[in-house]
Amino acid sequence: MSEEPEIVLGLYVPPHPQPLLAPEQNEGWSRLREAFDTCRQRIEESDADLMLIYSTTWPSIVGHQIQAHPKPVFTHVDDDFHFLGSMPYEFHMDEEYAECYREACEARGLHARTVAYDGFPIDTGSVVALKLLNPDNRIPACIVSSNVYSNRAEQIVLGKAARDAMSTLGKKVVVVVVASLSNRMFTEHIDPADDRIHSAKDDEWNRKILEFFDNGRLEDISQLSRDIQGQIRVSKVVAYKPAWWMAATMGQHNNYDGEVLAYEALHGAGGAVIQLTPAKGGVGDKEFDEDDVEFYHGDRSVLDKGML
Amino acid sequence: MLGCLAPHPPHVVYAENPEQNEPFSEGGWETLRWGYHMLARKLKEIDYDCIVVLTPHWQTYVGTHFLGLERFQNISVDPIFPNLFRFNHDITVDVEMAEAMHDAAAEAGIITKMMRNPDFRVDYGTIVSCHMLNPDWDKPIVTISSNRSTHYYSNEVMNEQATALGDAAMKAIEASGKKVVLVASHSLSHRHFVTEAPLPEDMSREHIYNHSQYVWDMKLIDMMRRGEMREVIDILPEMIEQTMAEAEGGGLTWMMAAMGMPDYPAEIYGYQSVIGTGNAIAVWDPNEATRQLVL
Repeated sequence: MSEEPEIVLGLYVPPHPQPLLAPEQNEGWSRLREAFDTCRQRIEESDADLMLIYSTTWPSIVGHQIQAHPKPVFTHVDDDFHFLGSMPYEFHMDEEYAECYREACEARGLHARTVAYDGFPIDTGSVVALKLLNPDNRIPACIVSSNVYSNRAEQIVLGKAARDAMSTLGKKVVVVVVASLSNRMFTEHIDPADDRIHSAKDDEWNRKILEFFDNGRLEDISQLSRDIQGQIRVSKVVAYKPAWWMAATMGQHNNYDGEVLAYEALHGAGGAVIQLTPAKGGVGDKEFDEDDVEFYHGDRSVLDKGML
Repeated sequence: MLGCLAPHPPHVVYAENPEQNEPFSEGGWETLRWGYHMLARKLKEIDYDCIVVLTPHWQTYVGTHFLGLERFQNISVDPIFPNLFRFNHDITVDVEMAEAMHDAAAEAGIITKMMRNPDFRVDYGTIVSCHMLNPDWDKPIVTISSNRSTHYYSNEVMNEQATALGDAAMKAIEASGKKVVLVASHSLSHRHFVTEAPLPEDMSREHIYNHSQYVWDMKLIDMMRRGEMREVIDILPEMIEQTMAEAEGGGLTWMMAAMGMPDYPAEIYGYQSVIGTGNAIAVWDPNEATRQLVL
């Protein structure tokens, strides 16, 4: 077991189906599709042997679920954008990594389980990412869910467990986070040609986050997660978690070469294709006010303590 | 028109061991399941044309959507509890009723969409509630998506929008001349445990998540018994805030609006926790002759 996992690159991509199903309907969607295609090519050239996906559109409740079906086959249809078409898929999952990831989660105090059921509904974001980034199943993949109740400590430990499993198996990994930036969509149907970011505020925050990504400041974005949640995230879940997981998985620092390949509106939400490549040096770390965490201890039972 | 609050934890179908579901169980959650059995027997005695269900597990952000094809055959695997629910279904849809509701909602200014993709997978909330209410599956259904206005705006906005959707549903039903069973497919308090017993149906492990959730659930059930549904809908935003209640999806508000905010007692068929959430089965029967004091 090597101490540091070999992560060849990290990608942050949007979950919406437009770049897969209808790139021709909007120039921005088309540019996102081109960015996906560029990433696909870079993955092919990277010699990676695992693609690990964290998808914000796969919610879980009972701990953290990890996809372990060796060959999931189904036809997926998006709940909102069903009229854009169906997404038939057949993927190749890395069962060994999935089991190892589960064990690593449990070793760090997390409740986790693998899922391997015919017909299991793989989520829109994961389907879009896998079909565009790994269309020929050239490298095996693994997907981990986003627990609806989890917060920072749990997400960071989940990311560290992913690293543990990579190191244990000596994997060469592409890390993929599937998430929007701002996630407020228009609540009415729009002409695709009229798509734009929902508000100037969302756009401004998105561009600030992209500036950080472009400078490789992943840990800084992770530290900003609570602000991001408050400013530009619709409160579907308790927190904006993808940067926590991504930083904990790739390495909690700012030493990356960042590249924003595309940033466009997806029915009002902010969709970006971003690449982070581990590098030597960087912009340096700031003074952070939140503790790092290695092991998840679960609920702290504060209601049962310090009774008045 | 008859209205049912019909929670959809997949655990109850799992515990029933119907031939359509792949996993095998040793039972569990009998209080809830036996309540469902009583209600299913009542529905067998009632003459109705279709079941209309609003489900929080078909979540749409761009308007409210309606199933718009006559038949859906597939396997439904619960994304949260795939170990419990892998259900082979063959669902018939009352497309005429769905379109009528869609059109009435659109006329009322609500953003709408008919869902006509044949590969679409019907959500497990619809399937669980409908199976428990009508295990013979001999009635067509209409499924309405849950617009997530709670997430985008607030619980109060959800209440307003779901009320408008319910008003539109009432007009469509009246114009159709059909007899309809309405279903709000959701629990009351909705905080889950994030771990699961090795044997999920081990009832020694089952209890409400915390006492606060239980008190809120009982408060609502008491008001339902007293026929105070206008008041229930009025305090629903507070209850959702306090208990993460699944009524956030708009089901109960929609159904009560479609029924004209009943002021008569609800029939209560059962209450039980499932993985910590509070689940009540309640029915609003506008026909005084068939309305019962069940529990």
